[in-house]
Amino acid sequence: MDRHIRVGARRRVRGAINLYYYAAPRTFYPLAGRMARVFYAVAVVLGAIGLYIAFFVAPTDAQQGEGYRIIFLHVPAAWMSMFLYVVMAFWAAVGLAFNTRLSSMMAQAIAPTGAWMAFLALWTGALWGKPMWGTWWVWDARLTSELILLFLYLGFMALQAAIDDPRRADRAGAVLAIVGVVNVPIIYFSVQWWNTLHQGASVSLTRSPSMAATMLWGMLVMALAFWMYCLGATLTRVRAIILERERRSDWAHELALGKERDA
Amino acid sequence: MSASAPLAAFACVLRRDLLLALRRRSDVATTLFFFVIVVTLFPLGVGPEMSLLRTMAPGVLWVAALLASMLALGRLFAGDYADGTLEQLVLAPHPLGLLVGAKIAAHWLVTGLPLVLLAPLLGLAFDMRAEALGTLTLSLLLGTPTLGLIGAIGAALTLGLRGAGLLLSLLVLPLYIPVLIFGAGAVEAVAGGLGPGAHLSVLGALLVLALFFAPWAAALALRISLE
Repeated sequence: MDRHIRVGARRRVRGAINLYYYAAPRTFYPLAGRMARVFYAVAVVLGAIGLYIAFFVAPTDAQQGEGYRIIFLHVPAAWMSMFLYVVMAFWAAVGLAFNTRLSSMMAQAIAPTGAWMAFLALWTGALWGKPMWGTWWVWDARLTSELILLFLYLGFMALQAAIDDPRRADRAGAVLAIVGVVNVPIIYFSVQWWNTLHQGASVSLTRSPSMAATMLWGMLVMALAFWMYCLGATLTRVRAIILERERRSDWAHELALGKERDA
Repeated sequence: MSASAPLAAFACVLRRDLLLALRRRSDVATTLFFFVIVVTLFPLGVGPEMSLLRTMAPGVLWVAALLASMLALGRLFAGDYADGTLEQLVLAPHPLGLLVGAKIAAHWLVTGLPLVLLAPLLGLAFDMRAEALGTLTLSLLLGTPTLGLIGAIGAALTLGLRGAGLLLSLLVLPLYIPVLIFGAGAVEAVAGGLGPGAHLSVLGALLVLALFFAPWAAALALRISLE
């Protein structure tokens, strides 16, 4: 307890927020709660704007008619699923290298959201594929690698769930996540070599996008909304993980008792 | 400690594991029997149409090899974990990655190599042509060590856990996919009249990559599991 107080004294170093202060689960818990609320609020606002653009502003596609509008859910979900895997591996690696508990908890908290995004990308892709390609599923490179990404998430979650000791679970999960992140490009390119039918990427950093500007804007706003949602969901989950792991500590008891008194 | 000490340790672990496998020959036979029986199930499932079986053969043999080598992984560390040898290996003054490499090499020699040698025989039953059989053997020869190396990481991570076998398959099978694609792809390329060179080169590259990184990752995973 003493240590927390002394760390608390150094909360602000020369006006800047001391990040190490918030590396302790106890101090991060209330911060995560506040941040999650902000991220959720931004997600709702951006989502409303994005959906408005998606349904009322963006023009009807010349070839795909109205059916293409699912792109505004499909592409952000697919982007987030890939991005979150890298973020998860990053936090897991930080946790493994510096033995910081909170980093590993972040990795554990990201995994279900990432898996959910991968599932959402596959599901909306199937709904899109049926009217456009005439089939729910094709064994195409991008679909298959997204499915494999979902498997990687599930493997990470299964490994963590199978190990009772949370510290061992963190470190074992970190090794798996790092091995996975090394493998993701290899899997991606091997599957691409194997078969490609999916339309090429419509948005790339090196050339101008092959879609109407309003469509692109709608998609980018939706991607931001998804990002904010993922942040909010992850922070909410990390709060639950912190409480679960710190359930024997004094501050968690005080928190629980305080909540009871308030209620 | 002389400069050759790590190599001597490598040879010692390799010899020990091979000797243990020789004393328990039925373990090796089980893996091979599993491989044969899975391959046998496919014609029974899809029908005895020879042209269909011929096109399916590379995929079927590769998937069966993949499953067989995955099931054999359970025995890679389990015995040493149970009798405490693994802790002695971790405490040994030699790099753990090297010793783990020796264990993986021995494991491949007793489970992977017999599988590679048996595969062409099963390929004959699927009416594969001679050059396709040669490529199949070559691709398995390059691919199965990679499977063992990647699998060792998974085996080390799941050491001593509840339902380790099922969990292992969930962890390892997605990582096996590139090897499967290029392994089966090489045989299909030959069957389709193309050269297998590109596929085999990639398989070789994957093997080199796994050879370099996997023993150290497996060693790290072992340390985590043994804490």
